[in-house]
Amino acid sequence: MDKWIAAFGGRQRLLQLLALAVLLMVILPLTLDIFRLNLVGKYLTYAFVAVGLVLCWGYGGILSLGQGVFFGIGGYCMAMFLKLEASSPENTAIQSTPGIPDFMDWNQITELPLGWIPFHSLTLTILLIMTVPALFAFLIGAAMFKRRVGGVYFAIITQAIASIATILIIGQQGYTGGINGITDLRTLLGWDIRPDSAKYLLYFLCCILLIACLLVGQFVLNSRYGKLLIAMRDQEDRVRFSGYDVANIKIFVFALAGVFSALGGAMFALQVGFMSPSFVGTVASIEMVIFCAVGGRLSLIGAVYGALLVNLAKTLLSESFPQLWIVFMGALFIGVVLLFPQGLAGIYEDYVRPQVAKLFSRKSNAESQGDKAVAQEAR
Amino acid sequence: MGGYSSQELVAIFVMQGFSGLSLFCVFLLMALGLAIIFGQMGVINMAHGEFLTLGAYITWMVSKLATETWPWMQQFYFPLAVALAFLGTFILGYLVEMLLIRRLYARPLDTLLATWGLGLIMQQIYRSTFGPREVSVVMPDWLMGSWAPTDIIDIPLNGLFVMGITALMTVLVVILLYRSRWGIKVRATTQNRLMANAAGINTQRVDRFTFALGCGIAGVAGAAFTTIASTGPTTGSLYIVDTFLVVVFGGAASLFGTVVSAFGIAQSQSILEFFLSGSMAKVITLLTVVAILMFRPQGLFASKVRR
Repeated sequence: MDKWIAAFGGRQRLLQLLALAVLLMVILPLTLDIFRLNLVGKYLTYAFVAVGLVLCWGYGGILSLGQGVFFGIGGYCMAMFLKLEASSPENTAIQSTPGIPDFMDWNQITELPLGWIPFHSLTLTILLIMTVPALFAFLIGAAMFKRRVGGVYFAIITQAIASIATILIIGQQGYTGGINGITDLRTLLGWDIRPDSAKYLLYFLCCILLIACLLVGQFVLNSRYGKLLIAMRDQEDRVRFSGYDVANIKIFVFALAGVFSALGGAMFALQVGFMSPSFVGTVASIEMVIFCAVGGRLSLIGAVYGALLVNLAKTLLSESFPQLWIVFMGALFIGVVLLFPQGLAGIYEDYVRPQVAKLFSRKSNAESQGDKAVAQEAR
Repeated sequence: MGGYSSQELVAIFVMQGFSGLSLFCVFLLMALGLAIIFGQMGVINMAHGEFLTLGAYITWMVSKLATETWPWMQQFYFPLAVALAFLGTFILGYLVEMLLIRRLYARPLDTLLATWGLGLIMQQIYRSTFGPREVSVVMPDWLMGSWAPTDIIDIPLNGLFVMGITALMTVLVVILLYRSRWGIKVRATTQNRLMANAAGINTQRVDRFTFALGCGIAGVAGAAFTTIASTGPTTGSLYIVDTFLVVVFGGAASLFGTVVSAFGIAQSQSILEFFLSGSMAKVITLLTVVAILMFRPQGLFASKVRR
C-alpha cells in the first residue's frame, strides 16, 4: 500500500487530490444549478490542457503554444462522430444529399469525405482521439527535438502550427464546418446529450477523467522517468552525456500532454455540444498556457484550480465589464510572470501551508514535524 | 492556367508579384524591428505588432490634425508623422524595457508570456481610445494614383512609396548594426554579456537602447503601413505569427536572411493566392516554411556558431 502511495506522489499529494475530487464531485454539484455546473465542466476541459502543460512546460521545459491543436483534434474527432449520428438519413431527409452533415450539403458536397468515414464507429473515434494527437505530437517532436530545436524556437513553430490549423479549418468549410465549426450535436449512441440529466452524467465523467489524468501525471512525475524529465530541464547536456536520449524524453512528455489535451477537447464537444476553430488557434492556445501559469507551472493540481479561477474571472468580468476583461487578462500574464512565477501553488506552499501546519501542530506536534519534512522534500 | 494568354499570364505575375512586394514590405518592416530585438537580444516581443499599430495611430492623428487645422500642411505631414511615430514608440519601448523586459532576460519563455499580456492591454487601450472601427489617413495627393507601364499592368504609387521606405529602413538598420560603434556594442553584448561588460560596455544601456530602437522601427513601419491599408486595434497582431516565422526562417541573427525569407514567404503567398483560395495559399506557404524549418532548424542563413 505504502509503495502505491509513494508511486502517486505521497500522502500529501493524494490528500490534495482527494480534496479536489470532493470539491468537484460533491460540493459543486450540490451548490450550483445545472447551468453553472455545465460551465464548470467546460472550464474543466481546459484544465486537461493545463495539466498537460504542467508536465511538458513546467517539468519538461518545453513551452508549446499550439496545445489548442491537440484540444481541437480531440474535440473535432468527438464532434465528427456526434455529427454523423445527428445527420442520419431520416434526420436530414430534406437535404439534397441525405445522410451527410448539413454544412456539407450547403457547400455542395454530395458524398461523405473519406476522412469522415472512421467516425461512424464510437470505438474507432475514441481510439483516434487517443492516437491521433500522440502520433501528431510524435511527428512534430521527432522532427524538432532530434535536431535539438527547443525553447523559444519550439514555441514559435508550435504557434505557427496552431495558426495554420485555424486557417485550414476555416478555409475548408465543406469538410470542417468552417468558422461556425460543427454544431447541433444531439445524441451519443442514441442517448440524448442535451437534457440536464445527461449533463450531470457528462460532468461526472469529465471529473473522473480529469482525476485519472492527474493520477497518471503524478505517477509519471514520481517514476524514474519523471526524475529524468526534471534533470533534463535543468541540465540537458548532463543527461545527454549520461547516455540518455534526450529527444525521446521530450517527445514522450509532449505526446502525453497532447493526449491529455485531446481528452479535454472530446469532453468539451460532449458537454458544450459544438466545436469550433476558435478553440484551436493561437489565442486559445496561449490562454491555456496562462491557466497553467496561474495555477502554478509545477503543480498538476494547481493547474486545475488555475483553469477554474481564470475562467470564473473571465465569466464574471466579461458579463459586467467586457472591456475590463481583456486588460485584466493582460495584467494577469504580466503579473504572474513578474510576481508569482510559481502561481497559486507557490502562494499556497509559501503562505497557506505553514498556517495549516500550525493549526495541526496544536493537535499533534510530532506529525506536523513529519509534514514539514515532507514539505521541504517536495520543494 | 488554361484560360489565359501568355501576355495576360505575364501581367498576372507582375501584378501579383507587386502585391506580393507590398506584403513583403509589411513583413520586412515588422521583421526589421524583430530581427534586432529577437535576433540580436534574444528577447521575444509578442507586443511588437502593437507597437506597429501605435505608430500607425500616431500617423493617423497627425494626418487628422494636418487636414483639419492646417490644411496647407496636408501635402507634407508625412515626414513629421514618421518622426513622431518613431519617437512615440521609441519612448514607449524604452519604458517597457525598463519596467518589464529587464527583469526577464534570464527567462525568455516568460518574456513571451508577459509581452503577450502587454499586447492585449495595448490593444484594449486602442479599442477604447480610437474605437473598434478601422481608421484611414487622408493621403497627400502625390501618393494617389498609379503607374501604368503597359495598358494591362497597373502599379499603385503608394505601394512604390512604401517600398522606398522599406529599402531606406533596411539600409539604415544594416549601417547601424554593422557600421557603427553602437552596432559593435550590441553585437558584443549579445555574443558575450560578461566580457562586454568587462570591456567597459554599459550593457544595460545597450539593451535598453536596442529594445527601444527595435520598437521605434516598428513605429516607422506603422507609419508606412497607413499608406497601404487602414488601421484597427488588432492590425499589428494579425501579422505577428507570420513575422516571427519570417525571422526564424531567415536565421535569427542574420539580417540578410530576414530579407530573403520575407521576400520568399510574401511572394509565394501572393502568387499562390491567384491560383488557389487565399486561405489555402497561406496554409501551403506556412506549412512549407514549417517543414523546411524542421529539416533546417537554424534557418536559411545561420551564422556559424559553435554551441
